[in-house]
This record gives sequence, structure tokens and C-alpha cells, in this order.
Amino acid sequence: MSTIVFIDTRGEKLPKAAQEAVTYASQLGGNVTAVTFGDAQGLESLGAQGAAKVIVARGVKAVDGQQLTKLVCDIAQKENATTIVCVNDATGKAVAPRVAARLKAGHVAGVLGLPEGDTFKRNVFSGKARAHVQVSSAVKVLSITPNSLAIANNGGTAAVEEHTGDLGAARITVKELRKAGSGIPLPEAELVVSAGRGMKGPEHWAPVEELATLLGAATACSRPVADMHWRPHHEHVGQTGVAIRPNLYIAIGISGAIQHLAGVNQSKVICVINKDPEAPFFKAADYGIVGDAFEVLPRLIDAAKKLNAER
Amino acid sequence: MKILVLLSQVPDTTARIAFANDNTQYDGNGVTFIVNPYDEWYALVRALELKEAAGSGSVTTITVGGADTDATIRKGLAIGADDAVRVDAQPTDALQVAELVAAYAKDKGYDLVLVGKETIDHNGGQVGAMVAELLDMPFVPLASKLDVNGTTATVERDVPGGVEVLEVALPLVVGASKGMAEQRIPNMRGIMAARTKPLNVVPATAVADVAKTVKFELPPAKGAVKMIPAEDAGQLIELLHTEAKVI
Repeated sequence: MSTIVFIDTRGEKLPKAAQEAVTYASQLGGNVTAVTFGDAQGLESLGAQGAAKVIVARGVKAVDGQQLTKLVCDIAQKENATTIVCVNDATGKAVAPRVAARLKAGHVAGVLGLPEGDTFKRNVFSGKARAHVQVSSAVKVLSITPNSLAIANNGGTAAVEEHTGDLGAARITVKELRKAGSGIPLPEAELVVSAGRGMKGPEHWAPVEELATLLGAATACSRPVADMHWRPHHEHVGQTGVAIRPNLYIAIGISGAIQHLAGVNQSKVICVINKDPEAPFFKAADYGIVGDAFEVLPRLIDAAKKLNAER
Repeated sequence: MKILVLLSQVPDTTARIAFANDNTQYDGNGVTFIVNPYDEWYALVRALELKEAAGSGSVTTITVGGADTDATIRKGLAIGADDAVRVDAQPTDALQVAELVAAYAKDKGYDLVLVGKETIDHNGGQVGAMVAELLDMPFVPLASKLDVNGTTATVERDVPGGVEVLEVALPLVVGASKGMAEQRIPNMRGIMAARTKPLNVVPATAVADVAKTVKFELPPAKGAVKMIPAEDAGQLIELLHTEAKVI
């Protein structure tokens, strides 16, 4: 059995999602070939997650799904792959369904966990239910959910090859990348501190940011906060914003409307701080504090400082 | 400009989630169905705005489903689409939807195909990319802004840490997310006009049968919430460290 893993390896270090995807592919068994693009270095370390080989298309950018689809399909054919693993993120969403359509292969978007036979689990109804999807095609395309499995580290080294075949001209070009602040990218973040209308105004965000920095967390916000331009749009988590599944989600002054929960209910541990004891978010929480954000936050910050001093 | 918009029908956001027939089917009994919000609020409205700005062209909606989707289709017409197509089929997988849409759209010369970033029931976000592949068009997922100047589209999307601005020659497929347009409420004139606008029902073409949902389950129940008094709020950080072990 041969498995292809298509991963986005941009960034200063190998993204977690890429390592997760290679780990998943090797857990399925068989020979694993990772396929990527761009100028990432240190790709041989993907051997630690189980890749025997990494094929990299150096001149290709992330945005053109057609070039990347051809890359994946060409290598899948050459390697006789029966399984193609992708990540269910912005890059994967532009490639995995295309690969499936081209190969007439069954695609499962947002796979959770290992299969039972040829049946895979995925979230549906914004996390309110799970579907078991049976794939009957000879080739299977699986887009795995980021942050849903532990990364393997077996210390191996993968052989790195450069892809030489023609992928055609890019039809999508990046004209501009407008940076909006630094910090930890939300979809990658393991810890997230999020705040909502309860903060009363953008000028009150300093303690939220301070707590996030002390914990090594990313900051996020609710929809009204992004809509009122208190915070940038890319920080908006929820059904219409970014859907995340961090290990820890701390929600401050967010009531927990069903649309907000849809984007965060897959978080492993949820803490809710709200002055309204009837806030619906408490029903979805693991830990709750009924209290005023401006009184609770300083106490959390003090405790986080104390914890950091002990560590 | 000739634009095709994919409209899907989904259970209302707040609908109860239950399953029938030994958990093999969604139980739609007593549930209100709506137009998938991403299709309606962003894809359709932006298509109408682009047509209005160009001063000419057409906006056609396409839905794959049975006669029970007619209310969804009429709502699209009431908001302002010129005409609608319904492919008469009961798809069991995203690839089937994409194949049926592509079979219809092929050779019709659409400059733009717009679809919501995902449906709020299946959450797959696959149909747009699949249609693009089958029609040999570029595809941009998760777009928050779309402009067309002549034969070039400029698309923006939120990426971690910023906004990416992309340029693509028409024709292309775009997955629309929040920010692309503001929701339009149909007015009485639109609702009246929708009754007489063309709704073409076309038969299904052959599709692949490669994946299907065989069972649904509800997620594992969440344990009870542990409340911490506000005056001891710092205890939360300790619990997250020693009990939940996430920090």
C-alpha cells in the first residue's frame, strides 16, 4: 500500500498540521511519500513522523490549486497510491476536492481519527453531530482535521527529492499580502484567549492580550467585536469566522450564541468567564466563572505570572 | 457578465439535530429549512452586485435536489436572481453535486461561478473546488472580497496574520465567506416577481458513486461545568495546569 500526503510546509518551522498529516498517513500503514512545494528547508525531518520520502516542487506557490492538484495526481499515479492524505485547511481545501474530482475518488473532508475498514468519521452540523462516511472508490482522498491527533516522533530521516515535471502555468497570482499584526496564527494555536462584547470597547483589550502572552496563547474575538472593528477580522472565531479546535479556549465576555459555539465547540477544554450566570456558553464549558471581566482578568493574570515563575 | 450561483437548502442554524432510520438519515420532521447562509448572504448577493455594477449580464442559480427545494430556489429569485435551475436528483455525496452542476454549466460560458464557503449542515466545503476541477477553472476558497475589472478578478481572503490579495483571469469559481456582501432581505416586489421568473428543472446526468454517509452519531456528552468563584479566579489557572493539564 502506498500513501501520498500533501502538505503545506511554509513558515519558519514545519507547521504542526503538516507533521500531523504525515503521522496520520503512517498510522494508516504502508509506504508514505510526502508531497509539498515552495522553499521549505529541513523536510528530511518528516521521517520522524513516518515519511520515507519527501517530494518538493520548488518553484510552486501555495495559491494555485490547479498546479498543486496536478503535482499530487502525477505523484500519486507514479507511486501507485491508493490513499491521498491532505489537511482540511485553506491550502488543502483548494486541492483535496480537486484531486478527488479528477480521480473520481471518494473524499472525506475533516476526517477525525483512524478509519474502521473503509469508514471514516467527520464532524457535521457544525460539530453538533458526527457522520460515518464509507468510501468505496479504489483511491481515497482524506482531508484530516488539524489538531486532532498527536504528532509521532520516531527520529527517522526522509529522503528529499525535487519534483521536475511540468505543472503548467499558474492562473492565480498573489498581488499583495497585507500583514495585520504578528502573533500565533489562530488555526495553529493550541491555546486561545478570546473576548467579546463584555469587554465594552477596544481600549480594554490590554489585559486580554497580557493573559494570552503569559499563557503563550493566540487572541481571538467574537463576531460583534470584529464587526464593530474593535479587533481585526482574522481574529473572529465562530461559524462565519475561523473554526478552531485548540486544547484550551478561554472565552471572556462572550455569551456563547449557537453560531459562536459552532466555531469553537471542538476545543478540548473550554473556560467561560461571564457576568451573566444564564449565559448559554456555560452549558458548553468545562470551567466557568461568573464575574466581571475587569475583576476576573487581573486575578487570572496574577495566577499566570505565578505559574510562569514556578515553571 | 454571466454568473452562476450554487444554492443549497439546509436545516435552520438553530434546528434540533436528530436522526431517523437507525441513525442513517437526518430527521427533518418539523424542521425549518433555509437557503444555506453562505450561498445566500455572500455568493448570491455579491453576484447581483457585480451584475448591477457591470450594468449588464445575468445571475442564474442552480440547486441540486427534489421539488422540496423550490422554496429555497424562489427565495433566490426574490432576492434578485434572473432565473433558476434545479437538477432533479437526490445526491448522496459532494462529488455527485459537483458533477451534476458541472454537467449543466459546461459549455454555457459562465464568467463566474459563486458558491458559499460551505453548507452549514455537511460543512464539507468541497463542491466549489470540485466544480472548478470538472470545468477546468481556477478556484479560490474562503474569499472575503471579490471584484471584477474587465476579464480579471481580484479576490481577497483572510489568512493567518493578514489578508491575501489574489488576481485571477475569468472564468473562475469562488467560495464566498463573510465580508463579501451584506445580506439582502427580499422586498414584496421581488417576492411577487419571483413567482413568474423561470425555474428550469433538468434531469440528472450520470454520477460517480464513491462515498456516502452510512451513519450519524451525536458527539460524546460534555461533563458538567466546574464553577469557580470569581474571588478565587486565579484557581482556574492552577486547575488548567494541574487538572486539565493544558497549560
